[in-house]
Amino acid sequence: MSTDPYEAVIGLEVHVQLATRTKIFSISSAAFGGEPNAYTDPVCLGLPGALPVLNREAVDAAVRLGLAVGSRIRPRCRFARKHYFYPDLPKGFQISQYDEPLCEGGQVTFRLDGEVRRIRLTRIHLEDDAGKNIHDASGVSFVDYNRAGVPLCEIVSEPDLRTADEAAEYLRAIRTLVRYLGISDGNMEEGSLRCDANVSIRPRGESKLGTKAELKNINSFKNVRDAIEHEIARQKVLLGRGEAVVQETRLWDPDRGISAPMRSKEEAHDYRYFPEPDLPPLVVDEAWLLRARAVLPELPEARHARFLGLGLSAQDAQVLVAERPIGDYFDLALAAAPAHPKKIANWLINEVLGRVDDARKLMDKEVPVPPAALAELVELVEKGTLSGKLGKEVFGRMWQQRRRAGDIVAAESVSLVSDTSVIEAACQRVVERSPDEVARFRGGNAKLMGFFVGNVMKETGGKANPKIVNEILRKLLG
Amino acid sequence: MAPDVRGASLVALAEGVAAKKWKSRDLVEAYLDRIARLDKKIGAFLLLDADGARRAADAIDKKIAAGEAVGPLGGVPVGIKDIFVTRGLETTAGSKILKGFIPPYESTASARLAAAGAIRLGKLNMDEFAMGSSNENSAFGPVHNPWDLERVPGGSSGGSAAAVAASLCAGTLGTDTGGSIRQPASLCGVVGVKPTYGRVSRYGVIAFASSLDHPGPFGRTVEDAAALLEVIAGHDPMDSTSIPQPAGPYRRASKAGLAGLRLGVPKEYFQSGMDPEVEAAVRAALDELGRAGATLVPVSLPHTPYAIATYYLICMAEASSNLARYDGVRYGHRTEHAGSLEELYAKTRGEGFGAEPKRRIVLGTYVLRAGYYEAYYGKALRVRRLIANDFAAAFAQCDVLVTPTSPTPAFKLGERAADPLQMYLADIYTVAPPLAGVPALSQCCGFTKSGLPIGLQTIGPTLGEETVFRLAGAYEARTEWHQRLPEDPS
Repeated sequence: MSTDPYEAVIGLEVHVQLATRTKIFSISSAAFGGEPNAYTDPVCLGLPGALPVLNREAVDAAVRLGLAVGSRIRPRCRFARKHYFYPDLPKGFQISQYDEPLCEGGQVTFRLDGEVRRIRLTRIHLEDDAGKNIHDASGVSFVDYNRAGVPLCEIVSEPDLRTADEAAEYLRAIRTLVRYLGISDGNMEEGSLRCDANVSIRPRGESKLGTKAELKNINSFKNVRDAIEHEIARQKVLLGRGEAVVQETRLWDPDRGISAPMRSKEEAHDYRYFPEPDLPPLVVDEAWLLRARAVLPELPEARHARFLGLGLSAQDAQVLVAERPIGDYFDLALAAAPAHPKKIANWLINEVLGRVDDARKLMDKEVPVPPAALAELVELVEKGTLSGKLGKEVFGRMWQQRRRAGDIVAAESVSLVSDTSVIEAACQRVVERSPDEVARFRGGNAKLMGFFVGNVMKETGGKANPKIVNEILRKLLG
Repeated sequence: MAPDVRGASLVALAEGVAAKKWKSRDLVEAYLDRIARLDKKIGAFLLLDADGARRAADAIDKKIAAGEAVGPLGGVPVGIKDIFVTRGLETTAGSKILKGFIPPYESTASARLAAAGAIRLGKLNMDEFAMGSSNENSAFGPVHNPWDLERVPGGSSGGSAAAVAASLCAGTLGTDTGGSIRQPASLCGVVGVKPTYGRVSRYGVIAFASSLDHPGPFGRTVEDAAALLEVIAGHDPMDSTSIPQPAGPYRRASKAGLAGLRLGVPKEYFQSGMDPEVEAAVRAALDELGRAGATLVPVSLPHTPYAIATYYLICMAEASSNLARYDGVRYGHRTEHAGSLEELYAKTRGEGFGAEPKRRIVLGTYVLRAGYYEAYYGKALRVRRLIANDFAAAFAQCDVLVTPTSPTPAFKLGERAADPLQMYLADIYTVAPPLAGVPALSQCCGFTKSGLPIGLQTIGPTLGEETVFRLAGAYEARTEWHQRLPEDPS
């Protein structure tokens, strides 16, 4: 048990890019990539006279996220302008939400080391993304506004996180959730999931918060963990030396593994919020909530609990809920072979998942072994038509040749030999040519059973039903 | 055979084109000729698109010859305040910071004019970013009042008002934020209409103060203005504050007469500070309206004294935000002397903006700064609500309000330029309607002894444009002020 006299207090601000077809306030594509400035229009470029029109698809995505985490969805909320100057910000202000966010409260639930953790949320609001500055080696800067106006959900947590691992797991849970909801690809490399962390430490047992530092540029799970750990350590050293933590914004440098304060000029913002006059208040009525609720999928936590109820191990359940298509695949296979949840989970985790490069594509047509086909194979193994080993062979061929297990078994007589007379003859032969082993087995070396079974399998070309082999051998050797 | 376009009404010119009495091209040439002769003295146009106008007119004439429909404004030459973005045609909002800016898109209002067959002659001078009441804040030179070239035409839509007064085009578009259509209409003796907020789309109208900006028309007659408004009004999905209800019919209303109308006379608009000649003309107009059958009702708009302060707080806050985008990064002026990003901003904006936008950016930034929102902007929004309530209460007692438009006739160029506060008071009768979002119209109701026009303002309830046009049309039908024309400058 740790004797650390300090505990860390961490809150995350997570930005999720919503996977809408068009931008939050205009008609350009919100897709990632594309030639620089290909996805632009007068609105997202901030041209004089252009006006924002709110994309209902973005609101709908945020509403679904809010419902999924149990937020209160405000029946009426407002957008606000947040002002600062930067070349990637075309209007000189971001359209965000300030005093009236779309969602308030709620919590994100996940498991860490087998324990359920619930992290409270302060709010979730909608805003538009900025473009991207590109600096080339010659000192010239360019701006790509393809990203400008892509819808963002900002998810602000309460300072409920205590460790870097917990923060990373929380972020992972958000990624899983937005992918379940289908509102974002949650891809950190492409910036569709971004994160800032507020970190402070305080003596264990103290209820007052310490002075916090805000960490920016921590856009991978590894960076989140490393940066927070580094920051906790940095603050401990300061307090240990009797110095104070300065409230500041620090930029994480992943290459050097350290953070440095941003220039005070860069962070000394007075955003001069005021209600966006170009957009009327956003009204989300009961009917809208009902429609959004109706399309909410089973969420990771509920699914996890259901899988435990089926007798799956916590570890397997965790794997199956990590991406929605894994659980969907499992459920479809289970529907076809309801008696074998644990076996299906094993086959899915050990054979299927190992063969796809991205579990999010598991339900694609291209996957050669669909859930029903896996279920069929599991049934064949459980019935004893195939041994586990043979089953794996058959699975390999199913995957390569897109064939059903039943076809392979029927066409190539790969099924197990269950004819007792054939098996008995083979057992007889093995026992007869191994007198020493028989003597040692009878003398108490029970491990030699494996030797006899193995040899019988060799005799039968691996096709003998191992259950029957075991029975007969016990009889002969008993 | 082209008619004499001096003093011609837009509606009559459109009817003549449709009836093949004259060609659109003839009208275009007639106006281009007047512009070439007279506009050096007036300065209404910032940009002429003579070739574009000729091409568009020829296209209309071809359609008419082929018997095709050309729209209600078919073939009529109009001018557009340079605050409406026009695709492919430089749009500056009267500011050096937008010098050279060629918009890739068209404002909804100007697009609707074109769709109705109107011919765009060019872009009209204005106070920089619509900030001003005299047109002296234009970065490209002042506009001279056609009634007296030494006087201002009013602002900010000074070019739009002067162009109609001097018959340089048949009708114009302007914008009104605190009086920028009605005050210059008053000072130039033409009809200017600020419709209900959201009645005309702001899409493509360069923003000054978003919650107060109202695009609207100028016309020689009430019916001309009504005809223009019928075309440009109506819902636009590109403007989220646009009103969904169908617009019009305003022309019909302008001829419907005022029988049974109750006219509210707000006492706060007839207090000290008004020029005696203005007061006499407005009171005479009230008498005339009474004789015409309207009932005069004394009403009160008790929060009127707070309107100017409220208006300037809100418009400066919003302006400071709306003008943030002019940073030299994407379009318009960019300094040649930037060594750093900060310098790029400071110098581009320092060089590009004139004194009035700078003043308003500084004041607007000040009132929005953290910790002061409630004391200034928040409080101004609450007073704005009270002012709107004043109008709602008044309209429970009457159908339409009648007031002066401007406390004085046109003042001399340079007379108030050094005193911004004095200039802001030019808006004293015009700032409240945009705060409440209600429609208002200014028309000529007389002249001073020295021959300067005096404006009468009619204010209606929200979406009460038809009532406003009824009253204004009836007044015009009983008077001849609108028929007086300024001498062509020699």
